[in-house]
Amino acid sequence: MNWKDEWKWLAGLVGAFLVLFYLPVGMPRFDNAVLEGLYLAKSYAQEHVILCLLPAFFIAGAIGVFLSQNTVMKYLGADAKKVIAYGVASVSGTILAVCSCTILPLFAGIYRMGAGLGPAVAFLYSGPAINVLAIILTARVLGLELGIARAVGAIVFSVVIGLIMHGIYRHERRDGNGPQMMLGDGDGMRPLWQNALYFAAMIAVLVFANWGRPQADAGVWHAVYASKWIITALSAAGLGVMLVTWFAVPPVKVVAVGVITAVFSLAFPSTPMVGFAIGVMGLSYLTSTQKGEMQEWFSGSWGFAKQIMPILFAGVLVAGFLLGRPGYEGIIPSVWVSSLVGGNSFFANFIASIAGAFMYFATLTEVPILQGLMGSGMGKGPALALLLAGPAVSLPNMLVIRSIIGTGKTVVYVSLVIVMATISGFLYGTLF
Amino acid sequence: MKKLQILGTGCAKCVKLADNTEQAARKLGMDYEIEKVTDINEIMKFGVMMTPALAVDGKVKSVGKVLTSAEIEELIKE
Repeated sequence: MNWKDEWKWLAGLVGAFLVLFYLPVGMPRFDNAVLEGLYLAKSYAQEHVILCLLPAFFIAGAIGVFLSQNTVMKYLGADAKKVIAYGVASVSGTILAVCSCTILPLFAGIYRMGAGLGPAVAFLYSGPAINVLAIILTARVLGLELGIARAVGAIVFSVVIGLIMHGIYRHERRDGNGPQMMLGDGDGMRPLWQNALYFAAMIAVLVFANWGRPQADAGVWHAVYASKWIITALSAAGLGVMLVTWFAVPPVKVVAVGVITAVFSLAFPSTPMVGFAIGVMGLSYLTSTQKGEMQEWFSGSWGFAKQIMPILFAGVLVAGFLLGRPGYEGIIPSVWVSSLVGGNSFFANFIASIAGAFMYFATLTEVPILQGLMGSGMGKGPALALLLAGPAVSLPNMLVIRSIIGTGKTVVYVSLVIVMATISGFLYGTLF
Repeated sequence: MKKLQILGTGCAKCVKLADNTEQAARKLGMDYEIEKVTDINEIMKFGVMMTPALAVDGKVKSVGKVLTSAEIEELIKE
């Protein structure tokens, strides 16, 4: 026996045994919490996957393939103008990053070889919070208002935190010339307006397919709602035309996919999800069977799906188990949640910021967790505070950040994040 | 002997690139050694910020992409 290698197995087995031995099955609170987890997972599967997540994966994949990341990095190089560097750093997270494992090397790069501490910190802070998938899911699940507040808050405060960090450490000199930035091959052979139209068509599909029913039964919003599937279909058709003209996908294939999608949509008019799912499959077929860019687009989107779906569903199950669906209780009593982070007191915002800063949220899982917390009585302000402090920092990535910029700066950064998140949550809760 | 270095903090993409590189090198039947560089400060010394990246004998050949093994063969051939 080699106990050096075998102890992990032993510990795992004994642990599993103890958990099962004392498993509180049959206790109403526990059984109910398990059910809540399953209910929440079911509602995600029914409401958010086909219409929201699938198109969002395609958009995220397209961003990775068609938008040149090098162009962005040029604005963050060593000779970049400061104003531009801060501006670009605070918004570039939308197109550069989807998980924190891409954020950290870029952050280190901007700090060491590029524009310096301020813009690097701005990028580090806003990156995880404003990536497309995070914003889309936040707006979809937690409401448009909070989605927008999250994006705007992250952008504004990233610049503020960056400037403060720069101000505090402005006398520090950087040691000599670092290595040169190595960038990949230049791309971007398509003119800007084509890219813009192409992304506009995809975003239109996403937005209109998810258009919520307005409260009033008349007016502009209702008119849009009433014809949302027509607008969605037209946008999708536009996308099809672009695929043929600019991306050299054979017209026969595109028309075939279009016809099949139309047939299914008309055959099941009461469940538009069927037509939509067929359309998504069609797009997958079109892109995955082409060579070059189209295939890269597909494999990029598929990569995101593989990376995010399992974690997200695990996160939804856990969130449902711990906190329950909105309006129901999970294993944690709602009273605890509402007494800690209910309402919009300064204390509630502060607790939410601290919790957010130290907790680790795997990509996008902050959304179901927050949904559970809000259902248990968390106020809007603390919710925003948690969203702003949460994905930007966590205990594991603090350790990596510390290895890059040192203990002192890391402590200052984390404190700034907590203070800023508290203040912005407080303001948001008071104003809205 | 060639030194093939995979730069990346250990996410799924970096593992994929390492696998593909191994495959390519084996197919070419060359004398090689694969090193995974996971420390972020070491990665910075190469000037790389988009991971995963591939370096051959200390020279960066590709940045921010998971190359297929066929593409890697081209890069490490001579």
